Amino acid sequence: MSPLKISWKSLWSKPLSSALNILLVAFGTGILALLLLASKQIGDKLDNNSKDIDLVVGAKGSPLQLILSSIYYIDFPTGNIPLKEAKELARSPFVKRAVPLALGDNYNGMRIVGTDTNFISLYKLKVQSGQFWSGDFQTTIGAEVARTQSLKIGDTFYGAHGLSGSRDVHKHHAYVVSGILEPQGNVTDNLILTNIASIWKMHSDEEEHAKADHDHEGHELEADHNHKTEEAADSEEGKELTSLLIQYRSPMSVAIFPRMVNETTNMQAASPAQESTRLFSLIGVGVDTLQWFAVLIMLIAAVSVFVNLYNSLKERNYDLAIMRTLGASRGKLFVIIIAEGIILTLIGTLLGLALGHVVLEVIGSYQESNQARLTGMVLLSDEIYLFLAGIGIGIFAAVIPALQAYRSNISSILSKN
Amino acid sequence: MISLKSVAHQYSSSQQISFKDWEIGHGSHWLLLGDSGSGKTTLLHIITGILKPTQGKVSIKDTSIYNLSSRALDQFRGRNVGIIFQRPHLIKSLTITENLVMAQSFANLPKNLQRIEEVLQSLDIAHKKNAYPNELSQGQLQRVSIARAVINKPELLIADEPTSSLDDKNAEAVLKLLMEQSALNEATLIVATHDKRVKDAFTNTYELT
Repeated sequence: MSPLKISWKSLWSKPLSSALNILLVAFGTGILALLLLASKQIGDKLDNNSKDIDLVVGAKGSPLQLILSSIYYIDFPTGNIPLKEAKELARSPFVKRAVPLALGDNYNGMRIVGTDTNFISLYKLKVQSGQFWSGDFQTTIGAEVARTQSLKIGDTFYGAHGLSGSRDVHKHHAYVVSGILEPQGNVTDNLILTNIASIWKMHSDEEEHAKADHDHEGHELEADHNHKTEEAADSEEGKELTSLLIQYRSPMSVAIFPRMVNETTNMQAASPAQESTRLFSLIGVGVDTLQWFAVLIMLIAAVSVFVNLYNSLKERNYDLAIMRTLGASRGKLFVIIIAEGIILTLIGTLLGLALGHVVLEVIGSYQESNQARLTGMVLLSDEIYLFLAGIGIGIFAAVIPALQAYRSNISSILSKN
Repeated sequence: MISLKSVAHQYSSSQQISFKDWEIGHGSHWLLLGDSGSGKTTLLHIITGILKPTQGKVSIKDTSIYNLSSRALDQFRGRNVGIIFQRPHLIKSLTITENLVMAQSFANLPKNLQRIEEVLQSLDIAHKKNAYPNELSQGQLQRVSIARAVINKPELLIADEPTSSLDDKNAEAVLKLLMEQSALNEATLIVATHDKRVKDAFTNTYELT
């Protein structure tokens, strides 16, 4: 019979106190695993989505909101900016590349983004099948959109006004899927890309239609109508964008360009790096608190395992002495006690890691936003450290009782009884 | 063959007990007599290799046991000495069979369920082999502890006050079992006691004064 089996059976003979120890370790590890997974995923998403974007220019308002809406597609846009002014900025010598964005519609919660080919090169997009959009109302959809909405090339769908919900559907123009993107592992997986003109037409038609329906009570003015919208699309007057994603030409621009935008135009410039850091420092306080809380639970777990083994050692002094008379060496007793500590924390750690993953997956499934969805279905290499820490705690808590068992004088224990 | 030569043990700087030399022939039965406090337990611990005497030599089967390393001595004891304590101490978290398997594995012997069955049969408690110690009566536990002591066919079987807490009838039964088992396993038997009822069963006596 191996020492391991003796340890195992001994723990089983006290299921309640063993369960308590395992539970404490599991909670501590669980919270730490959860924090590790969540902060890693959030950090990765933030970095991944903003990595090549130096600045975002949009309507005045909260800079954080501008970043969230134009880079992460989570919040509402701050408003619109005039196309004319945006174009002037894009021509500025400080700017290497400017990507226009026109937001405002969605399809089942997936945002429809009007943009141009600069967007493709900014995110280094590739198509998995089909091609990039070329004409009006043609779309190229993200891999995740294709999967969740079961859209294929050639399928048509109607966009709805707003960023989520499908109450206000643009019924008169259907979008056509002309291409599907390769999975990028960033926000573009959840986007529907089209040209800016489509977004404008969708909305100006809406107004025209409403007017036409109202004025002419169902009279068809198809030719005239088409003519009007084309004309409208050609001129810049009155046209608006949501925001502009900007890549600098040189690092020098950092110092001058944002200030120039903020002081000389009606628009604001926000830096993704700055705003992400600000956002993280806001969440960070909470993460830190939770982390310390989890470490505290782990410490309590260690003390609890120690007390459990120490107390049981007092009761088992005689048992251990008997084992010695049966031929067990000091080393074997040491191993038996250490093994008990390790078994407790090993089970606890494994349970805790599983718990962390399951809880995060559950949290993820309740999240509304597709773009920032968290998942428990990934393993991080850092989790090995949690695992090692768990086992370390087991050894740490068991080493004093084990040494005591190792040193005990069996003759005096046996003669006391 | 077991022998003690000029063994003495010093408890503290003032207290010392010397034991007279003792030659124990293979398979013989000995009574170790002495009142409480006369050093009976000390002598038993010295013979079984639990307590190293401050001077003198103890040999079992021509091995001077205190010349062995701590680890080797533990294993030697596991193989060659079976001890029956005044009260049967079994590991509560293990079944009867597991307790006996543990005794085999601590002595570094292979697990032998047939041997366990055989010993439990001979002690008439084979039907309890899968029970846990707390499901057994005191008398049954005593028999299991005898089984554990003889499971590895030891050279020396030692019983410390095996009858002191028993009534006449049970005391006689336990003594009979000890005699039987030591004969069955070809072990030398030493019974340490101050119990006068036991005296008549033995011809060899080592008396502590």
